Amino acid sequence: MSWDWQVFLQDDGSGRTYLRWMMSAWGWTLLVSALSLVVALVVGSIMGIFRTTPVKALVWIGNAWTELFRNIPLLVQIFLWYHVIPSMFKGLQQVPDIFAVVIALGFFTSARISEQVRAGIQALPRGQRYAGLAMGLTLPQTYRFVLLPMAYRIIIPPLTSESMNIIKNSSVAFAVSISELTFFAMQAQEETSRGVEVYLAVTFLYFISAFAVNRVAAVIEKRTQVPGMIGGGK
Amino acid sequence: MNLSFAFIDWGLIQSFILKGFIFSVQLTLVAMVGGIALGTVIALMRLSGKKWLVLPAAFYVNTLRSIPLVMVILWFFLLIPLLIGRPLGAELSAMVTFTVFEAAYYSEIMRAGIQSVPKGQVSAGYAVGMTYQQCMRFIVLPQAFRNMLPVLLTQTIILFQDTSLVYAVGAYDLLKGFEVAGKNFNRPVEMYLLAAITYFVICFSLSMLVRRLQKKIAIIR
Repeated sequence: MSWDWQVFLQDDGSGRTYLRWMMSAWGWTLLVSALSLVVALVVGSIMGIFRTTPVKALVWIGNAWTELFRNIPLLVQIFLWYHVIPSMFKGLQQVPDIFAVVIALGFFTSARISEQVRAGIQALPRGQRYAGLAMGLTLPQTYRFVLLPMAYRIIIPPLTSESMNIIKNSSVAFAVSISELTFFAMQAQEETSRGVEVYLAVTFLYFISAFAVNRVAAVIEKRTQVPGMIGGGK
Repeated sequence: MNLSFAFIDWGLIQSFILKGFIFSVQLTLVAMVGGIALGTVIALMRLSGKKWLVLPAAFYVNTLRSIPLVMVILWFFLLIPLLIGRPLGAELSAMVTFTVFEAAYYSEIMRAGIQSVPKGQVSAGYAVGMTYQQCMRFIVLPQAFRNMLPVLLTQTIILFQDTSLVYAVGAYDLLKGFEVAGKNFNRPVEMYLLAAITYFVICFSLSMLVRRLQKKIAIIR
């Protein structure tokens, strides 16, 4: 077989080249991933913290949340937010499609982040919590000033791989026709029959995106190092 | 919105859902057995210390782990017919894809498992005159498998969830079964909801079982 990279300069029928379409698809992938990451970090942190509090009801909520969103496939969750929830609550039908994907991907990942946040907090010596409380800090203050600053530093590596997973998982958005990279790959493959070139380019873009996240996380990890602590410098 | 599940009967389950469920389970089992076998070989290659074995194994694992599964499914669906000269069908193609893809993940688990076996065990094996192969076969791998059993099974639950992604090439799996039934009876919302409940019940009960197993194994160790 022979290469035909000029396929990217062809018109896709709407006045733009496939290259431009692919770049805009890349933008969608990054946008969906970034928004989902924000949702996942916020919700995952709250649920993870809940699971380490002494309040039984909060522990139960955190556990239930984690089990619920961890045990349903992402694709099915996307369909839930796209088809099922809007049909139950009429007001949600005007919301753009991308929100269904962001919520689904965000909540799905929040279950995994809640596991890591919990593990990070539990990795700290128990005395830290007691010391905070003994000093007269309230429970929220103990979390804010004693536990969380260390816990988050410990879990930067697993959070990095979750962020890279989000970029990979955003590919599932093709199923509800979000014009992201995978959706572009399928459409362009069908229209041009130059599947190998199209898939290679798309795969390459996924590579770069994941690699970029990896580098950014490495910088954050370095910047936030505490000398002498677990994973910190000397 | 009023949900109605009255249209669901045994006939519907039998003619739409069961077929998809059987395929999803088949796909999971094939990819698990094949993936663990291939993954173990790759893990052994990575730990062999010989450059010409380590590099290709590392390349295999790192490449597959940095591409979205959906793209891998699409790649295989595109490439297999080009390589063997005839279409293979979405179902068979999915089985090949998942075996190859999951092997990358299982191999990382097996690598950790093999490394979890104390070095003294291997030395003891050599001391009683075993060869490298015998050491691996009779001493290291059995312990690695047992130590890693819970993680291997957890990965298999994730694998079962991931089988729903064959949606990309239109294979008839459990999710597709619900979708087709939903279209035929014009009740897609109920069917998607049922699909979510079905996956949840299966995966949640399996993960509970794994957790119990984990406790049991922890005591033995």
